[in-house]
Amino acid sequence: MQFLSYFINGISLGSIYAIIALGYTMVYGIAKMLNFAHGDIIMVGGYIIYVAVATLGLAPLPSIVIAVVLCTLLGILVEKVAYKPLRNAGSSLAVLITAIGVSYLLQNAALLIFGSSTKAFTSVVTVPAIHLFDGQVVISGEVVVTVITCFIIMGALVLFINKTKAGQAMLAVSEDKGAAQLMGINVNATISLTFAIGSGLAAIAGALLCSAYPTLTPYTGSMPGIKAFVAAVFGGIGSVPGALIGGIILGIIEILSKAYISSKLSDAIVFGILIVVLLVKPTGILGKNIQEKV
Amino acid sequence: MKKLLKMSKTSKQNYITYAMVLVVALIAGVMDATGNMSSLMSGLLVPVCAYVILAVALNLCVGILGELSIGHAGFMCVGAFVSAFFSKLMASTIPVAWIRFTLALILGVGFSALIGFLIGLPVLRLKGDYLAIVTLAFGEIIKNVAAVLYVGRDSKGLHFSLQDTMSLGLEKDGEVIIKGAQGITGTPNDSNFVIGVILVLVTLIIVNNLVNSRDGRAIMAIRDNLIAAESVGINITKYKLIAFSISAALSGIAGVLYAHNLNTLMSTSKNFGYNMSIMILVYVVLGGIGNIRGSVFAAALLVILPELLRFLNDYRMLIYAVILIVVMLFNWAPSALAFREKVKAKWKKTPDSTKKEVA
Repeated sequence: MQFLSYFINGISLGSIYAIIALGYTMVYGIAKMLNFAHGDIIMVGGYIIYVAVATLGLAPLPSIVIAVVLCTLLGILVEKVAYKPLRNAGSSLAVLITAIGVSYLLQNAALLIFGSSTKAFTSVVTVPAIHLFDGQVVISGEVVVTVITCFIIMGALVLFINKTKAGQAMLAVSEDKGAAQLMGINVNATISLTFAIGSGLAAIAGALLCSAYPTLTPYTGSMPGIKAFVAAVFGGIGSVPGALIGGIILGIIEILSKAYISSKLSDAIVFGILIVVLLVKPTGILGKNIQEKV
Repeated sequence: MKKLLKMSKTSKQNYITYAMVLVVALIAGVMDATGNMSSLMSGLLVPVCAYVILAVALNLCVGILGELSIGHAGFMCVGAFVSAFFSKLMASTIPVAWIRFTLALILGVGFSALIGFLIGLPVLRLKGDYLAIVTLAFGEIIKNVAAVLYVGRDSKGLHFSLQDTMSLGLEKDGEVIIKGAQGITGTPNDSNFVIGVILVLVTLIIVNNLVNSRDGRAIMAIRDNLIAAESVGINITKYKLIAFSISAALSGIAGVLYAHNLNTLMSTSKNFGYNMSIMILVYVVLGGIGNIRGSVFAAALLVILPELLRFLNDYRMLIYAVILIVVMLFNWAPSALAFREKVKAKWKKTPDSTKKEVA
């Protein structure tokens, strides 16, 4: 029974990773860059909800909507200011270092505004917990909402990419930027759209993450962000279902290793898995192998 | 004098770097000895040397090899822990400080190089972003393992554990040397500013000579175009590994220096974590990617500056972040480069300022 409840918690954490991983995987697929600041957008989303609920006294749902809108705008702004000028730079290092700079900037801005003290986050979930097997296994409302949200987002995103014009444009740009442009696709707008979707999802992930683990600091987003990238790589970067599979497997591994091996070494184990995956199958579970040509 | 004139341009530049380091170190040393330096600043002298070495080491990896590593604090951690462990173990066996420190240095650097080699072997097959994230992963693993490592000693020898002091199973006279999250306490303070400066110079000489050697040119060829380098017969794996291992070994030097300046060595995310790796990257980017002399002075300046600008302390990290982004945009964005070319061209056209043009 103990195992089952760990397993369920793992799926819940994994669903959060999956939502974050979507942002990474879409941006990587289209802009071919690792958006290091993605994890910190989660943190920004968390703080916006915190301020909206605790200071402005808004209900959870409108606060989440505000957070999604603001994070979307922030994502677009970051892309326009920091990443777009470097899109055709000689070295791919340049944009990566800039992304690290943006991540650093967001963390320290939050540190300056909200201080380093941990904020107690009130859960935005009001769904009651489910008791199974005479109360031996308790599934909290957060877990239920997280998992359902994750699957809804996944489904919606798959439909969006495959059925709408904008989604098809995203696919085309990720396939070949130059050819897409020749076909009359607005590449810049498509990339902005990708960042917008990713950042909006990050805000939702922030709400879920802070509800499940109700503490909020300026560094809340960085570790889950990096782990979600691990999940994205694990599932195959650029693939939406891959992000779901990778995220959930990673969440389960993390919770189980925390429970049965060592709570201090669970991060090391997660990173160990990343290394093994990259060495054995660098393209991930569902990724495609692309040969580099001269 | 004749020999000096005959020297190539690069070696002249290198000697200028060494001379500059010596002059700055001399001034700092004299100021410290005559009591013209605040205790805070004189406490920073050895850490400055450690960070300078670290910045040069990372620049070798990022600027010369062209692979972004954000786990270099991990290599520093290896060097620090191995050498501090050795020094504490041998504190009574080898009473002479300099012999003990030299052995600790060799051991610490050796281990860092070994770890760098072992990590580099599989990891250097990856490229760009993947390599960056894997180095980050390794850095975090090293930091986490160091924080849960317990080592004790008794009459039977050494005992290792990843659990707690109890599970070491020590005898009554046993002594715990590494106490997990509490780290190593009571490392002999064997390093000082002179040793630090010597190690900085050694690091600079190693890197500069590597860069100007046949191997160094091969490494830079790989950075500039991997496929072209491979097609002219350069052994990619070999040269990448050489550069990466040397870079790791040099980070180990920084770790040894750092550990022997502290009474208590702990593995926290502040000193060996991801944030430290980013901090070093900031030094490298500000000093100029690929510019060794730049790294030296950027690191020294950025370690000392916050102490001088105490009133800015809250904003320091924010300012660093903004500077990092702005410098990257200014140096790498095609539009910014075009703008700079335009300004340069205008500068050249004005007749009376032709001599002022800075290369």
